[in-house]
Amino acid sequence: MSSYRIQGATGEWEVVIGLEVHAQIVSKAKLFSGASAEFGAEPNQNVSLVDAAMPGMLPVPNVECIRQAVKTGMALNAEINRWSRFDRKNYFYADLPQGYQISQLYHPLVGEGAITIDADERSGISEPKTIGIERLHVEQDAGKLMHDQHPTRSYVDLNRSGVALMEIVSRPDMRSPAEAGAYLRKLRSILRYVGSCDGNMEEGSMRADVNVSVRRPGMPFGTRTETKNVNSIRFVMAAIEGEANRQVDVLESGGTIVQETRLYDPDRNETRSMRSKEDAHDYRYFPDPDLLPLELSEDFVAACAAELPELPDAKRARYEGPLGVPAYNAAVITADVETARWFEALLEASGKTSPETAKAASNWLISDLFGALNRLGKDIADSPVSPGQGAELLALVADGTLSGTLAKQVFEIMIETGEDPGKIVEERGLKQTSDTGAIEAVIAEVMAANADKVADYRSGKDKLFGFFVGQTMKAMGGKANPGVVNELLKKALA
Amino acid sequence: MSVDAATVRKIASLARIAVADGDVEAMVPELNNILGWVEQLAEVDTDGVAPLAAVVTNHQRLRDDVVTDGGIRDAVLANAPQAEYGFFAVPKVIE
Amino acid sequence: MSITDLGIAAIRDGFRNGDFSAAEVADAFNAAVSSARALNAFIIETPDHARFAAEAADKARSAGSLLPLSGVPLGIKDLFCTAGYQTTAASGMLSGFVPTYESTVTARLFGAGAGMLGKLNLDQFAMGSSNETSAFGNVVSPWRRNDGGNAPLAPGGSSGGSSSAIAARIVPAATGTDTGGSIRQPAAFTGIAGIKPTYGRCSRFGIVAFASSLDQAGAMAQDVRDCAILLEAMAGFDPKDSTSLDIAVPAWERELSADLRGKKVGIPKEYRVDGMPEAVDALWSQGIQWLRDAGAEIVDVSLPHTRFALPTYYIIAPAEASSNLARYDGVRYGLRELPEGANLQDMYAATRAAGFGSEVRRRILIGTYVLSAGFYDAYYTKAQKVRALIARDFEQVFQDVDVLLTPTAPSAAFALGEKSADPLEMYLNDVFTVPASLAGLPAMSVPAGLDPQGLPLGLQIIGRPLDEQGVLDVGLAIEQRADFNARPQNWWVK
Repeated sequence: MSSYRIQGATGEWEVVIGLEVHAQIVSKAKLFSGASAEFGAEPNQNVSLVDAAMPGMLPVPNVECIRQAVKTGMALNAEINRWSRFDRKNYFYADLPQGYQISQLYHPLVGEGAITIDADERSGISEPKTIGIERLHVEQDAGKLMHDQHPTRSYVDLNRSGVALMEIVSRPDMRSPAEAGAYLRKLRSILRYVGSCDGNMEEGSMRADVNVSVRRPGMPFGTRTETKNVNSIRFVMAAIEGEANRQVDVLESGGTIVQETRLYDPDRNETRSMRSKEDAHDYRYFPDPDLLPLELSEDFVAACAAELPELPDAKRARYEGPLGVPAYNAAVITADVETARWFEALLEASGKTSPETAKAASNWLISDLFGALNRLGKDIADSPVSPGQGAELLALVADGTLSGTLAKQVFEIMIETGEDPGKIVEERGLKQTSDTGAIEAVIAEVMAANADKVADYRSGKDKLFGFFVGQTMKAMGGKANPGVVNELLKKALA
Repeated sequence: MSVDAATVRKIASLARIAVADGDVEAMVPELNNILGWVEQLAEVDTDGVAPLAAVVTNHQRLRDDVVTDGGIRDAVLANAPQAEYGFFAVPKVIE
Repeated sequence: MSITDLGIAAIRDGFRNGDFSAAEVADAFNAAVSSARALNAFIIETPDHARFAAEAADKARSAGSLLPLSGVPLGIKDLFCTAGYQTTAASGMLSGFVPTYESTVTARLFGAGAGMLGKLNLDQFAMGSSNETSAFGNVVSPWRRNDGGNAPLAPGGSSGGSSSAIAARIVPAATGTDTGGSIRQPAAFTGIAGIKPTYGRCSRFGIVAFASSLDQAGAMAQDVRDCAILLEAMAGFDPKDSTSLDIAVPAWERELSADLRGKKVGIPKEYRVDGMPEAVDALWSQGIQWLRDAGAEIVDVSLPHTRFALPTYYIIAPAEASSNLARYDGVRYGLRELPEGANLQDMYAATRAAGFGSEVRRRILIGTYVLSAGFYDAYYTKAQKVRALIARDFEQVFQDVDVLLTPTAPSAAFALGEKSADPLEMYLNDVFTVPASLAGLPAMSVPAGLDPQGLPLGLQIIGRPLDEQGVLDVGLAIEQRADFNARPQNWWVK
């Protein structure tokens, strides 16, 4: 049970949220035409005559797009419908050359499924929660209209027209912005694991339509509004909060909620009504007579299942269990497929791993590596350090060659130069030393130079121990084995 | 079911065909004539009948994921009423 | 006998035999075309295309590399997109539109060595039964009533340009398309042969779409053998058309046989309609006798849902058309009407009002209405169910008989303007042809006799799915016994 409530003037309100996500399918060619689905081409270069809806053009579906949708459905634990059909959604807009979008209304490719979001105390999600999925269907994306280039003209680019989309519709099971955010993060992760969508919301390859309504706890659902094409998780959460509060204000001042389409304005942090979509669209859906029903053989479905990778939940359970990775680390690492891949390459480069090495590796990855990547503004796929190099560095710590501090130093140099840690240690003599004789000599010098403090320490000021550690390490250029320094200092200062 | 002038205007708007007011009036009986005639289908008992699939068994072919098309911008724009900088130009749309 | 009296087989064989050159044939027909403009059968004439193909044919003959239609020039209905040549669908909406691509059917024909004499006039967007809805003016039938009145007669529709041109011998044969009877009815009105194959036999790629689940390209020619030859060259699987049948094209010409021993011909009682002219009924009885002579057994059969075929068709066809014609919006090709101060949606409305003729607008509105919210189940879904019953009627009857014999049209050709007052009256012309369209069955019309006013009457043969051979064979048997050699008296060449 979510405890998220909006405190209105007349009492508490619960928020009911459903999400429709449009995810661009990763494929070489478009859904119904052989033009390239690649992003970023010059205007109208990735356009076939079918995409341009010339007279007499006809659609033929792309097998890879269907495969991707089926695999995604499987990853969502959903029903794969062996028989499905394409329908036309009819409306007029300049980014829709045919005057209809080929979609699937009556018989979608994928039926009911579910996603589990993790508990997250900080965001008020007290326990894992299952969010239902109503359906997943395949449809065409529209082209792009540009409005800012000319005072009286808009320009139409059809490159995106006809690219395959998966529309993933959730049940209205979410009850807080945090749950919605967690759902989107999990969904994006799953899509990237399957490889069916890159989940890049900023680039528009994943977009969310947000359905929001409010109600008194325990009462039936209220009227919902739809806020379209929100392109970041942060904005989705903000839009939900803003829209829910707006609805509460309307209802508490005696008004009613109009079922309508809205847009989220991030600059003003509010939703506003899309006046252009006034006449309640009558899309006149009917089965596309240019296409036959889609029938999947059992062989086809089995082949899709065989292509599925280990999915995030299963991977996390394996990391936590047999591998011995701490729960928090496992959750963080498996959240993204690229990170998990990198981590598994790191483990493999480490040879036979024990829970200790797995734990140390996971700690290093999420603090040191992530820290560096954040600083550099890079994704893990562009890491300046390779998994092999990471494994080598961790091995040098494990065998005592490097202290933790030295390892951090070496890591910085690895990032700058791209060189292997072993080479860096050799060339710069960064090995930590455990030479007791040398350390004792330095300790003696430090004590001699700070006789007063020695006396203070011996008379009870225990905190000064740190000072001596620091001075000793400094005098040894940071290369002394901290454990040995501690031991010898204790003896010397006793 | 029959249509009135308001319905004709609504359908014409959905179909994006401008109909002058005078013509709307004339279309009402014209369309009602045809609609009244097709309505006789209501007489047919279609309980348990599935809409027609196909006369000859045919299966939807799926094509391979290969780029076989595109890169033909000149052909795409060849018949455009107005094309500029590689785009189709239309009256400015305000969203 | 002049060259222009010859049909496909005679030209093909005479050319191969060395009786004349292909250039002579092209020149003869080009001259005939340009002298017969009073018929208004052509929208554009393409003498250079015919000449170029003839030159290639003459070379091929010398080199011994003849193609199936080398030396044969054809008329092409202006619904087939022809690369580099204007294609209008007889509409102001596509005036000036020059496709950069070729329809699959014309690509096959030109690839088989045929040349094109011009783009034949038709009812606008294939919607009509009299060729009176063309934006380029009516086509006039070369036939005149024997009452001396000289009233210009309709050549039938929508393939009125094709039928008129063949009857006047200005083309040896032509392509047509048939959605509800648009090949068969004009063939009957003008005393020529025309065949609509099984749905899916010919590719629809590159044919301006009217009603996707009904449209089929077909052959129109002087006689049954020519239809067989032409259809063989047109038909075949096309991967660019999802509704195309992946089956081999039989050797229809080679296998032609008028020996009907062992064949059963069904006579459906529901085709005897009230008010049917006596001449039509008499010819039907005569046809039955001819088939007995040819060895067939005659069986009375019933197709109980026949009377619902026309209203079913006039729900389904306009519905599909309303969606197929949505792409004509002034954005990417064709007409654009941009009134002062018009926005995008205004541009659509003005363009489509100006570009579409009244019958086209009427059908789009009907189609939009029957698909709209609240009416979809009552009209469209209901019609598709009745369609299934109509198809089932045929399926059951074909368990007992091999083909069906019916009249093609409920009357001979009427005068231009005689039936344009009431659209419904025009629709009734299709009463005998529409059922076979709805069921996707192969059907043809052969000229069988004249009515009291000296106008041609045709008989229709309907066959099982994929049994074009059976249909052609029965057609041949009728043709041989009918010995129809009436010709329209020249008035169109001064």
